[in-house]
Amino acid sequence: MSAVLSTTPETTTPDTARPGRPDGRHGPRRRKRGVTRWIVLAVAVAFALLMLAPLLLLVLNAFKSGADYSAHGPLSLPERFSTEAFQQYLSLVDYPRALVNSVVISGLVAVLGTALALVTSYGIGIGRIRGRTWILAVFLLATMLPQESLIYPLFYGAQATGTFNTVWSVVIVFTVLQAAFGTYLLSSVMSTIPQSLLEAAALDGAGRFRILWSVVFPVLRPTLSVLVVFFFVWTWNEFYIPLVLLTDQSAQTVPIALATLQGQNSINLTALNAGSLLSLLPTLVFFLVFQRTLSRGVTVGAVK
Amino acid sequence: MTTLALRRGRTRQHSYWWYLVPMIIGTLAIVLVPFGMNVWYSLFQWKGGLAPMRWYGLGNYVDLLADAQFWQAFGNSVFMIVGIVVVPTLIGLVLAAMLFDHLGREFGPRVAATLRAMYYLPQILPIAVAGFVWSWVLATQNGLLNSVLAAFGNTSPPDWLGNPDIAILAVMLVLVWLQIGYPVVVFMAALQRVDPELYEAASLDGAGWWRRFTAITLPQIRPEVFVVVITATVGALKVFAPILILTGGGPEGSTVVPSYYSYRNFFELSKVGYGSAIATVMSIVIFVIAGVLMWLQRRDAEGKDA
Repeated sequence: MSAVLSTTPETTTPDTARPGRPDGRHGPRRRKRGVTRWIVLAVAVAFALLMLAPLLLLVLNAFKSGADYSAHGPLSLPERFSTEAFQQYLSLVDYPRALVNSVVISGLVAVLGTALALVTSYGIGIGRIRGRTWILAVFLLATMLPQESLIYPLFYGAQATGTFNTVWSVVIVFTVLQAAFGTYLLSSVMSTIPQSLLEAAALDGAGRFRILWSVVFPVLRPTLSVLVVFFFVWTWNEFYIPLVLLTDQSAQTVPIALATLQGQNSINLTALNAGSLLSLLPTLVFFLVFQRTLSRGVTVGAVK
Repeated sequence: MTTLALRRGRTRQHSYWWYLVPMIIGTLAIVLVPFGMNVWYSLFQWKGGLAPMRWYGLGNYVDLLADAQFWQAFGNSVFMIVGIVVVPTLIGLVLAAMLFDHLGREFGPRVAATLRAMYYLPQILPIAVAGFVWSWVLATQNGLLNSVLAAFGNTSPPDWLGNPDIAILAVMLVLVWLQIGYPVVVFMAALQRVDPELYEAASLDGAGWWRRFTAITLPQIRPEVFVVVITATVGALKVFAPILILTGGGPEGSTVVPSYYSYRNFFELSKVGYGSAIATVMSIVIFVIAGVLMWLQRRDAEGKDA
C-alpha cells in the first residue's frame, strides 16, 4: 500500500510543495502555511507518541528489578539493567511451549481456514449452486455470532471428543469460524474472475477440480495470502474460546498463558511487564514483516 | 457456445455441491448445532455438568426482563458503541484526512505510512497484553497515569477503575486506543480512490481544509464509513476481554456488558441456563442491529447509483 501512496505526492501543486519560502508578494501567506504544516505534523506525532507511551513504558519497566520498581515507581529509569523480571516470568510460564502452541494453532488455522474458504467459495462463487444466497447468509451470521452463544456446547463437545485442553479443539473451531468469513469474502471475489478464463480451461478438458487448482487458485493468490496473514494474527490474538478450552498450561497459547498469570497477586508487576513484552514480541515481528499485507488486507475486507 | 461447454460439463462432472461438504459439516458441528444447543439450554434451570436439567420454559427470559444487571449490561453496550464506533470513527476520519491529504503531501508518503503504522499497532496486539498494560496504566497504586499526575503535583488522583462513576469512561478510553487504527487504515485506503482533481478544483475555488473535508472527503468515502461502522458496531456489542481483564464488570457492576454477564453466569455462578438465555438475546440483538445497518448501507449505495 505504501507503494500506491508514493504516487500521490506528484499531484501536489507547486504552491504547497515548497511553502515557507519568504519571497514575492505571497510571502506572508506562504510562511503561514509553512508553520501550519509543522504544527499538523507535531500534532500527529504527539498523538502517535501518546498512543505508544504505555508500550514504551512497558519496555522500560520490564528491565527493572522488583525492588527498583517498588522503590522508584514506574516512571524512573532502571537503576541498572536487570533481567530478573524475565527470569521470574519464565520460571512461572513455560514460554517456549506456549510459543509452539501458538505457532501450531495459528499456522494450522491460517492454512486450513484459507483452504476451506477457497474450496467452499469455489462451489458458491463459480459453481453458483442453488440457494447460495442463503448459504452465504448463514456464513455471514456465523461471523457476527457472539462466541458466548457457542461456548458452552463447544466446551462439552471438546470434552466429549477428547480434544479439551489440546490445541486441536481450538484449531478445529477457528478453522471453521475463520473460513466462514473467508468464504463470504472470497465468494464475491470469485465472481470477478473472467468467465472466459474458466471456459478456456473447460474447453481444454480440465475438470472442475483442475480448474480450481490451476486457474482459480493462482488468480486469487494475492487475496489468499492476505487471508492467511489475517487468520494467523486473529487466531494468535484470540482470547475467549482459548481461555475456556485451554485451561492446562501444556496447551495454552502465549496470550492465554499471560492472562492466567495476571489473576495471581503474588507475582511481581515487573514480571508481568516482562511477560507482556515477551507476548507481544511475536506479533510485533509479524507486524513488521507483513505490514504491507496487513494494511492491504484491512482494505480487502472493507472494499468488498 | 460458452455456456454450452459448461453445461455439457455438468452432466458428466461431479456436482459443485461436493465442494461445500467439508464446510457444511464444519458449520453444523461448530456453529449451528452448538447455537441450537445454547438456545435449548436457555429453556432450563441447569447448574451445568452432571447436575439435573430442570425445564423452565421461557422462565429465564422472563427473569432477564426483571434483572437490573441485565439492563445495565445492555445500557453499557451503548458506552461500548461510543468508545468503539463513534469516537474512533470520527477521530479516524480526521487523522486519515490529515495523514493522507496533508502530511502525505507535505512530508512524503513515508511519514504518513509510519504514522499510520503507529496508530495501527494496538490493533494487532493480543488483547491479553493490551488489557494488562492498561490495567497497569490505570492502577491506583503506582499506576502510570497516576504517577504522571503525581509528578505534576496531583496528590489525590482518581481511582480510574475502582470508582463506579468513572470506570466505564476509563474502559472507553482503552477501547478508543485499541480501535483507532482500524478506521485510519481503511479511510486512508479509501482516500486513494478519490480523484485528486476534485481537491485541486476545490482549492482553486478557495475552499479551506474543513470545507474540502466535508464537501469531498466525507461523501466520497461513505461506503467505507458504512463498513467501519457496521463491523465496529458488531464488535462493540461483543466486547468481552477488555472488561474481563480491566474491571471484571465492577466496581459494583458498573462496567458489566452482556458478554461478560453471560460468561459470569456460565463459569462463575454456574447458572448455565440463564447464561445461555443472555447469549441468545445478545445474538438476536446483534443480528437485528447489523441487519438494520446493512439495510441502510444498501439503500445508501442504491441511492447513489440512481
